[in-house]
Amino acid sequence: MIRLFLLVLLGAATAAADAPKAALVPPPQEDGQWTMPAKDFASSRYSGLDQITTQNAKDLRLAWTFSTGVLRGHESAPLVVGSTMFVVTPYPNTLYALDLASPGAPVMWKYSPKPESAAQGVACCDVVNRGPFFADGRVFITTLDDHVAAVDAKTGKELWKTKVGDINLGETMTMAPLVVKGKVLVGNSGGEMGVRGWLTALDAATGKIAWRAYSTGPDADCLIGADFKPFYPQDRGKDLGVSSWPPEAWKIGGGTVWGWISYDPDMDLIYYGTANPGPWNPDQRPGDNKWTSGIFARNPDTGQARWYYQWSPHDLHDYDGVNESILLDLPHDGQTRKVLLHADRNGYVYVLDRVTGEVLSAKPFVPITTSTGVDLKTGLLQYVDEKRTQIGKVTRGSCPASPGGKDWQPSAFSPRTGLVYIPHQNLCEDEEGVEANYIAGTPYVGANVNMYAGPGGMRGIFSAWDPVAGKEVWKTEEFFPVWSGALVTAGDVVFYGTMDGWFKALDARTGNALWKFKTGSGVIGQPVSYRGPDGKQYVAIVDGVGGWAGAIVAGDLDPSDATAALGFVGAMKDLPEHSNKGGTLYVFALP
Amino acid sequence: MSSRCRELALVVLVAGCALVRPAHPARELRVCADPNNLPFSNRHGDGFENRIAELVARDLHATVRYTWWAQRRGFIRNTLKARLCDVVIGVPSGFELALTTAPYYRSTYVFVTRADRLVDVRSFDDPRLRTLRVGVHLIGDDFANVPPAHALAARGIVRNVVGFPIYGDYREPNPPARLVDAVAAGTVDVAVVWGPLAGYFAPREPVRLALVPVSPQIDPPFLPFVFDIAMGVRRGEQDRKAELDDVIARRRPEIDAILDRYGVPRVGTLPTGAAS
Repeated sequence: MIRLFLLVLLGAATAAADAPKAALVPPPQEDGQWTMPAKDFASSRYSGLDQITTQNAKDLRLAWTFSTGVLRGHESAPLVVGSTMFVVTPYPNTLYALDLASPGAPVMWKYSPKPESAAQGVACCDVVNRGPFFADGRVFITTLDDHVAAVDAKTGKELWKTKVGDINLGETMTMAPLVVKGKVLVGNSGGEMGVRGWLTALDAATGKIAWRAYSTGPDADCLIGADFKPFYPQDRGKDLGVSSWPPEAWKIGGGTVWGWISYDPDMDLIYYGTANPGPWNPDQRPGDNKWTSGIFARNPDTGQARWYYQWSPHDLHDYDGVNESILLDLPHDGQTRKVLLHADRNGYVYVLDRVTGEVLSAKPFVPITTSTGVDLKTGLLQYVDEKRTQIGKVTRGSCPASPGGKDWQPSAFSPRTGLVYIPHQNLCEDEEGVEANYIAGTPYVGANVNMYAGPGGMRGIFSAWDPVAGKEVWKTEEFFPVWSGALVTAGDVVFYGTMDGWFKALDARTGNALWKFKTGSGVIGQPVSYRGPDGKQYVAIVDGVGGWAGAIVAGDLDPSDATAALGFVGAMKDLPEHSNKGGTLYVFALP
Repeated sequence: MSSRCRELALVVLVAGCALVRPAHPARELRVCADPNNLPFSNRHGDGFENRIAELVARDLHATVRYTWWAQRRGFIRNTLKARLCDVVIGVPSGFELALTTAPYYRSTYVFVTRADRLVDVRSFDDPRLRTLRVGVHLIGDDFANVPPAHALAARGIVRNVVGFPIYGDYREPNPPARLVDAVAAGTVDVAVVWGPLAGYFAPREPVRLALVPVSPQIDPPFLPFVFDIAMGVRRGEQDRKAELDDVIARRRPEIDAILDRYGVPRVGTLPTGAAS
């Protein structure tokens, strides 16, 4: 019914950064709703609503608020379907339905999946949840203790709940599901726990598991068969998910799937990234460690792989490959190519041909010292050997740091401006000395990792990126990493939040500040926009600092232990002075 | 004596110590512990850290109360720092996340082999380690692993090394013990295991296992295989640390007897004077 992916048809002559975007094909028809965290299957996070403009954004006012009752990191996007808003909290993953047609948006119902409390002890990096998904009258959520639940959107009644993983094996779930053609797609988290990563499809009607595609191991487990046609020769061959590892290391090899999935209905392919390899150190797992830190294209009905590309073969720096992929049609060398655009943890904005998996370009969006580029002929990332972490060896100035140029926080794309809006961090790290630690009664050692602001001294950047020219158009600097998602609207206003608690609106074309609002806690959530029952355009965001970057506040970590939260605390020592815990939904509108 | 008096007074909310009868100890020793990790501790009180907790409590005329939490990432944060309990019985000396007492034992990583196969491995430089199947525990924090894993990797011994995630399957009893089980079962030829684990589980296997401390004790430039183990309290709680230091000094022979009973391999002598 709705065109579910965006087309950017820029003629070669109009490809200059600020050329008028006259050749744009109209964006998907706007229905005023926000039914999935990414807004659409192309993952645009673009709202076609245009009441809020660069002219009037300064008049935005708080309309109403809602407390989630939880004080952990809130990374979730609220959804709006008709006159109902759905909000899912971090653990204990309570799902609320709010009635937008009544004053103050009272709670219509509340669904409590009651996840096992022991799951909190398993989660690596705060107990976040990245959002619900609405399809066919049902709201789907994942829980930290590895369940997927389908809830009747009208009544809040649980229709089914399926256990798909086990916290006793170190698995947790934090990602938002994606529902495509009657299949609920979910993946696991926990690469640090010796977990073997997978993407699983459940029947949306019954909750029965339809297929599971592992990220490591034999082809049969990875659903790699006759349809698999990767672009590069290094990805062809039998059982590479076994042979690119030391014997049996693939069984605990990581490659979890905790980020975002996009879907192209014309190609009938889903696209999703796999996380870093684990739990061995890099020098203990020689080989490419397939299929970790890469991207799969698969058929949603069968799970069969079509192609794969590895962002970071034999990952050295904890560069998970799970960030979002935005599906665009893009002019490239005089042709229009069906592409996906992906800003990776390793610091490059990739443009891939989404039909074949060929890398068309890979341009740095942050300072990079851990690699020198991507060889477009071979598709291979060119590592810098002296930035390889080794125990007892001092390595300084590795950029980007482990959380990458950008982590999970999703970008937005406007077909009006033709720009991608990338919330990201600017962090480098040193590894020095040996830190002794203790777990399950066993002493162990690791490199002492210290993260700090990269060149320029700011820890966060919000930038606008021209995907045609492959370069930054404008940027704003932020004190802390920009750990929230981005939203861009047809009024050419772009929204994001900061960890010190500012929710901001900028001019999407110039980056000029238009408006900001001080929230109670830092913002790491995903802003959305919708048309209310009164016909007005609203913008919504949930605050509540936390996540990996904000664990120092949400988890009450000790600022004097710089290496806590895998070294992230060192870069975030001053966050407690700027943000308390929180968990409040804020909804804004024009007067 | 006076500090103990103060504490008792606080607990029972009375004006003076004289009112408290030792026959009805009101004081609690609040211990943070893993409910499923022998030989250290379990919910039934079967571990040597359970025994040591009881010993300390007796000395302080207190009773033990446990807060159970799997000893994984976040253990200290969710128990000790959350003030749910006051003492962790076993942490490495100088552990960053806590204030540590005087150490009460020093153990070492050991090579574990089947005695009937006479594989007498003593050093990481033994050439046989290049071909035997070698088992080690895996941690999985970024770039953090057990010292034997690093030592083997530094020598290029990789493809014949089998990793056992330290977390294992928590539905099973004492998940880290699977590494010792694997030696007995012949799944691996040699395992490099933290001493207390090996010392307790080896005699419980159906076949006889040999335990040999690894050498060297420190792999250059700085990779230790020997660790001093102490008790941990919250940073800043000097009084509690001092009180436990006194108990450790007083009860050293009884602590040693408990460690002996659990087969904890010990090396060298602990630094003296630390407990004074």
